[in-house]
Amino acid sequence: MIEIQGVKKKFEGKWVLDGVDLSIRKGDTLVIVGKSGCGKTVLLKSMIGLIQPEHGKILIDGKDIIGLRHRELYRIRKKFGMLFQGAALFDSMTVEENVGLPLMEHTRLSSAEVSRKVSEKLELVGLPGIEDKKPAELSGGMRKRVGLARALMMEPEIVLYDEPTTGLDPVTSVKINELIAEMNDRLKVTSIAVTHDMHSAFKIGRRIAMLHSGKVVFDGTVREFQKSKDPLVQGFLEYQRQEI
Amino acid sequence: MIQAFSRRAGRSVLNFFREMGSFSILFVRILGSSGGVFKNRRLILEQMVRIGVDSLPLITVMSIFTGAVSAWQAAYQFKGILPGASTYDFLGAAVSAAILIELSPVLTGIVISGRTGASIAAELGTMKVTEQIDALETLAIDPVRFLAVPRFTAGWTMLPVLVVYSYWIAHLGACAVAYFQLGISVHNFFNSVQQYFLVRNVYSGLIKSAVFGGGTAVIGCSVGFGTEGGAEGVGFSTIKAFVISAAYILVADFILATILF
Repeated sequence: MIEIQGVKKKFEGKWVLDGVDLSIRKGDTLVIVGKSGCGKTVLLKSMIGLIQPEHGKILIDGKDIIGLRHRELYRIRKKFGMLFQGAALFDSMTVEENVGLPLMEHTRLSSAEVSRKVSEKLELVGLPGIEDKKPAELSGGMRKRVGLARALMMEPEIVLYDEPTTGLDPVTSVKINELIAEMNDRLKVTSIAVTHDMHSAFKIGRRIAMLHSGKVVFDGTVREFQKSKDPLVQGFLEYQRQEI
Repeated sequence: MIQAFSRRAGRSVLNFFREMGSFSILFVRILGSSGGVFKNRRLILEQMVRIGVDSLPLITVMSIFTGAVSAWQAAYQFKGILPGASTYDFLGAAVSAAILIELSPVLTGIVISGRTGASIAAELGTMKVTEQIDALETLAIDPVRFLAVPRFTAGWTMLPVLVVYSYWIAHLGACAVAYFQLGISVHNFFNSVQQYFLVRNVYSGLIKSAVFGGGTAVIGCSVGFGTEGGAEGVGFSTIKAFVISAAYILVADFILATILF
């Protein structure tokens, strides 16, 4: 479904991604881990064309999205939903307008129909009845849930999560992880998350890829990751333990 | 020292052309996306209210005093040149021509660049640094069509409307000074305005204001989309948008004056 081949991206003279190869199959639940600043978010944003790498290929269902024209890229992006680190809700809109925006823009559904679908999605993420609230009135966890409802609105085939638990308290983080795991099981979508929070990675992922120095240094199941003797993986897990 | 100066000057020139290039590219993209005006009608109306209706109090104050001070200054200038009675004949005409051609379009443009251009840059800049623009992209919604086209359309259509409003208020301000301070009757004042009135003065002012309004919106959007960093970046973009818009209005005013007159 997604093939990443030799992707390289440079910022201010430094290669943040230095030849990344990764293959994601339909229905996969992949978590990309690595230390802060190792290029996880750059890789995630490259998959949806928000960042254009200098080298390599990113094939979505066989179509390379690097250097693609806007219109073609937007067509491919309709397969994706993305939950941002800070939820990225539109401040000037209500929750209903935020979640309903993709439907208003890409379908000919009536306002009543859009409202009904928004209510359904808010119910799905456990936040019924908050349609009229503004993002500023919501807590961090609620904003993430609304962001997830918006990401799922167009019934995407692939959902991207950028640091889904960053900035949340431990209790809310657990709830968000459970919600993401539940969504993956219920909706059977392909999920790709980036995080440096291993609790989150073990809860939502079935497969883990680890980025280090701009390259994928580990790619395997959660169990293989936990049992790995690779010094880089061991070092990362040790670093995580010290952080806690 | 000379080398450092040359390097700094060279960098400034490069930055200038880079900015001009990004304004031009955005302008072309806005024109290319303007086919979606009907789809954007709600967003355009929202921006028209923000740029137009919400600016009325400020434009009222600016216009009334612009008219008043120009009448006062014109009367002062005429004193040494024209005999007393002639001031009555020419004051309305002189003040009106200044209001129609220069004062209302340019001052309204500068006020709007401070109020609206800067607020567009701040709003879009905040959206950029909080990933809201990226969120639009991931929802397959073109930010140029969704954010820039409504602001550009509202800018070039509402500034002429504000200028027409400013024309009326500035004339009333000038008339009030003529009547209460200079003892010129309302009839005499407007008779003078009518006698030397040229339609060309009105439409040239309106053309100018449409160019100012559209340009200010493009500058605000371009600077906003290019914002980097956090709150500091947004603050920097806000100031930058106002400074560039104000300079743009003055330069465009000169260029249009040479074309229209």
